[in-house]
Amino acid sequence: MHRAVRPRSSVSEELEVIAPSKLAIENVSKNFQSASGPVLALDRVSLNVAEGEFVCLVGASGCGKTTLLNIIAGLEKPDSGRVLADGKPVIGPGRERLVMFQEPALFPWLNVFGNVLFGLKLKPNLTRKDRHDVATYYLELVGLSRFERANIHELSGGMKQRVSLARALAPNPRVLLMDEPFAALDALTREQLYGDIQEIWQARRKTIVFVTHNVREAACLGDRVLLFSPHPGRIHEEFAVQLPRPRDINSVDLAAHATRITKALKSIGQAEPIAAK
Amino acid sequence: MKRFLLAAAFFAVLVLLWEATYRAKIWSPVLLPSPRQVVSYLESAAADGTLFKATVITMRRLLVGYLIGLVMGLPLGLLTARWKLFHDTIGTLALGLQTLPSVCWVPLALLWFGQTEAAMLFVVVMGTLWSVVIATETGVRNVPPIYRRAALTMGSKRLHMWFKVILPAALPFIVSGMKQGWAFAWRSLMAAEIFVTILTGFGLGQLLHYGRELSAMEQVIGIMIVIIVIGLLADKIFFSPIEKFLHRRWGTSQA
Repeated sequence: MHRAVRPRSSVSEELEVIAPSKLAIENVSKNFQSASGPVLALDRVSLNVAEGEFVCLVGASGCGKTTLLNIIAGLEKPDSGRVLADGKPVIGPGRERLVMFQEPALFPWLNVFGNVLFGLKLKPNLTRKDRHDVATYYLELVGLSRFERANIHELSGGMKQRVSLARALAPNPRVLLMDEPFAALDALTREQLYGDIQEIWQARRKTIVFVTHNVREAACLGDRVLLFSPHPGRIHEEFAVQLPRPRDINSVDLAAHATRITKALKSIGQAEPIAAK
Repeated sequence: MKRFLLAAAFFAVLVLLWEATYRAKIWSPVLLPSPRQVVSYLESAAADGTLFKATVITMRRLLVGYLIGLVMGLPLGLLTARWKLFHDTIGTLALGLQTLPSVCWVPLALLWFGQTEAAMLFVVVMGTLWSVVIATETGVRNVPPIYRRAALTMGSKRLHMWFKVILPAALPFIVSGMKQGWAFAWRSLMAAEIFVTILTGFGLGQLLHYGRELSAMEQVIGIMIVIIVIGLLADKIFFSPIEKFLHRRWGTSQA
């Protein structure tokens, strides 16, 4: 019996839409040492994220949502509990779960194309041509083909975040972790990116965990919005947002959802000083 | 072009002032020769080959010593940035020795190595090494942690992390350290050549020294000009292009 061996990893294979991951966060706790003693950043947080789901974590700053994101990424270790990705425990960072940070963590010593190539060069079994074709594809996807030779400092804030998105997407991760990626952008640029990220999410089928303190943004993007309460960081309440996509951030239906979440967020804010006493 | 003409005019005025001072006979011509005398010394020294030979000898000492300094300094800087133990030991040593003017190594080098090339090399290496160690360490410590984290998630680790992330990110610091090391090495080599007569070859510093011994001021000034020109050329040919690249890539302000 002789079977023809298919050539390894062509570009089409690399661009194939792969199955997104299922995440299970089980009883995760994390302490930090601060000047005024230990702070419980996360208190036995449990959460399931389905394959291809878009989940938004919302809360005031310091409520542990970024810490949770870092733990899912494998950049930080929980003090107790664990994170499972497709049933396998997360023990360190890996290219199955890529992170997009708030400040664009683009490398200034590489140009735009070099930045997108960075993760691809770390992926085995890709030829030089494959990597170039894949990087070109994603730069086109985020609408920056014209700028592939540009230096990072020549880009506007919105363009930088698009490059970050292309860089995070290029190694074809199963999960995309986004840590307030649009917080530093102006409103107009942000609205464009809401449209782009929804389009890309539908085209590329990723599981997305998105951290933000902007309730409207969360309602616009998430299938589910999880509201965090601080000190200790816990999931306070969960909201399902069942609106058709693509969603417009300015729509009335969306505003209704946002109002509901904001109300809950405010109630935490009011309860907190009393609880602290 | 306009900038070039202005600069050329500036230097022409300098030479004219020099010539005027010479003609005013304020100082004895033994102390202040005319520009023409200096040029004719340089011409004759160039014609009989002394100038060329001395320049080659000096540049060889400088380049070899500088390269040794770089090759030792970079890894040492990485070690001190990476491990506390090296930071507390070699890092502290580097900080201390960097404050020592590198001319101060000359007496020690002479006693240890005698009138040899090794003594010259030693002084140049000591001039280069500590600046490079400190700049590399500072550069590595100033790499924003977010670059590391981003690279980690993309699967970079160990050697790949060092060579593709940390070193490139630290490059602006490292280059300025290399430049400082070069300046220190150049100064200390000149001092060493002036103080030490070495039988294995006469460098520019030695020509300067003999100019003084013979009270040949045109030789002293001529050699000084050669030394200045070499310093300028090193900057324009070697460091300027690297710095221009860094400015372009990083977007830092261009002087």
